Amino acid sequence: MNRIDDLFSKKDGLLSIYFTAGYPAIDDTVQVLRALEKAGVDFVEIGMPFSDPLADGPVIQRASLDALHNGMCIKKLMEQLDGIRSSVSMPIILMGYINPVFHYGMEKFLDDCQSRGVDALILPDLPWDEYVAHYKAMMDRRGIRFIPLIAPQISDERIRHIDRDAEGFIYMVASAGITGSIKTSVDYRTRYFERVKSLGLRNKRMIGFGVKDKSGFVHACAHASGAIIGTAFVNYIKENGVSDEAVARFVKSIRG
Amino acid sequence: MSKYQVSDDGLYGRFGGQWVPEMLYPNVENLRLNYIKILESDEFKNEFLGLMKDYVGRPTPLTHAKNLSEIFGANIYLKREDLAHTGAHKINNAIGQVIMAKMMGKDRIIAETGAGQHGVATATACALLGVKCRVYMGALDIERQAPNVARMRMLGAEVVAATSGNCTLKDATNEALRDWISNPEDTFYVIGSVVGPHPYPDLVARLQSIISKETKQQVREQTGKNLPDYVIACIGGGSNAAGSFYNFLDDESVRLVAVEAAGLGLDSGETAASIARGTEGIIHGSRTMLMQTDDGQITEPYSISAGLDYPGVGPLHAFLAEQGRATVLAATDQEALDAARLVTLKEGIIPALESAHALAALPMMKFKKDDLVVVTVSGRGDKDMDTYMKRLF
Repeated sequence: MNRIDDLFSKKDGLLSIYFTAGYPAIDDTVQVLRALEKAGVDFVEIGMPFSDPLADGPVIQRASLDALHNGMCIKKLMEQLDGIRSSVSMPIILMGYINPVFHYGMEKFLDDCQSRGVDALILPDLPWDEYVAHYKAMMDRRGIRFIPLIAPQISDERIRHIDRDAEGFIYMVASAGITGSIKTSVDYRTRYFERVKSLGLRNKRMIGFGVKDKSGFVHACAHASGAIIGTAFVNYIKENGVSDEAVARFVKSIRG
Repeated sequence: MSKYQVSDDGLYGRFGGQWVPEMLYPNVENLRLNYIKILESDEFKNEFLGLMKDYVGRPTPLTHAKNLSEIFGANIYLKREDLAHTGAHKINNAIGQVIMAKMMGKDRIIAETGAGQHGVATATACALLGVKCRVYMGALDIERQAPNVARMRMLGAEVVAATSGNCTLKDATNEALRDWISNPEDTFYVIGSVVGPHPYPDLVARLQSIISKETKQQVREQTGKNLPDYVIACIGGGSNAAGSFYNFLDDESVRLVAVEAAGLGLDSGETAASIARGTEGIIHGSRTMLMQTDDGQITEPYSISAGLDYPGVGPLHAFLAEQGRATVLAATDQEALDAARLVTLKEGIIPALESAHALAALPMMKFKKDDLVVVTVSGRGDKDMDTYMKRLF
């Protein structure tokens, strides 16, 4: 059974953390991963840095550029993740943009993901219908989930269309925006969360983009299976480093 | 239907498409469903064509370049987009898209700009048509292009510095797309070139196609020939080239020549020639030829011309080049500067640095004596006087 399906079938109030591979230092990827598991987060999203990350805000773009300067690339990340399943058991999702993946080669990329025990992918600029038409079978064959994003501006009809073929979970972008943005009001978000809940989707939902602290996490958990925190964590490790203790303190500040 | 037109899926062959995050899907889809309907409506046509004539000053002349014709041994004509209001062809597209935005009920306009020409054109259209305008411009470009920043501000636009990445056009485009993601309800994104997700490449090409529509008629009226033998235009993203080629795409006897910016030379590593030196990839929602590393990271192109240093090229042009329908040449900084000087001294026309790249193709070509050659002068050179003074004197 896919680790994500397994996790979502057993638990609610899930906390997922996003971090950028190769940041702050090139060899921090595995340490961050292990520290997050020790700190008790439920699963992780590892960002594959890209020069032009459209769906991300300034903090993650800065971290991505730093990681690229550090020499991070997909090949390097696959080297770092080689053998990771001997020490990390939570689900691992890779998040990135389609251009570097196409350059690496989609089939080879998926083979490498499978052999490293990667459970799912988030590729915001691989459109949903393109995925269904051309890549779903390829990913299904390897047991790799493709996580779709939805946002407040997406219609009920479109959300149902996505839900029909989706597996794993649906990533709800909390605000009509990019990562790290919190400009929308709590009311606006709540209405959107309730609207999506009322659709009675097949898939479980996680909330991300703009969730940055304990109150945001609690609010998200009331409306979905849990929340994904990225920008706030990337900022945090820049200031506080990636030791087990530092990472544990961050996770505790969210979960209490 | 022409084989060079975009398909229903937004493709030119395998180029183009809609590679955007789901958050942009409603905006892009809304535009896709409406743009043809609006472009073909009487309401749009009347307002657009009226403004093209009375406000922009169209048709722009097709000028016989007598002295250049003698020098290069062919019959050379210049399509004078430099004489359009605001000094470049960009105004055609900006006015068209702002009218469209209003018809779609959007009252906030955003745009990206590199050298500032598209920003000025959009700010102008917004001032005229009474809508709010925000222009994203790389922080580095804001420093380099102060006169155009001042023009935009005087026109009432808010100029916002893009401080991410390398602080140039590609980053301004990222910021504009992010703004659109964050403000899906009231905002219309006026893209300045034939780039971005479908339907933008087709929308911008259609709006700029007025250039070749006029050229075709002017050639008949002024030269006695039915069609030109060559149409030459410079190409960064490729909006003036798309407009210059559009109505000749199916006239296979007309040779289409696109001139990229070679920068310091095609093999110098400092170039913006996306077709000659780029590889296939996806940028700003479109599959096309672009400048990138072996890992698929998009790199910063270089050209002396701020309007040509976009790392990609419109998907239509990637397709025309691949099909052999267009010949793609490249002119270096120095070749463009030399062409600008020659045309200025011989014809009394100071071209924009971008347009100088198209003119730089003339000495590279082998013409027959009665060949009819049209070169699009996409803009005037006022904005480039600093560079010309520094480099030519």
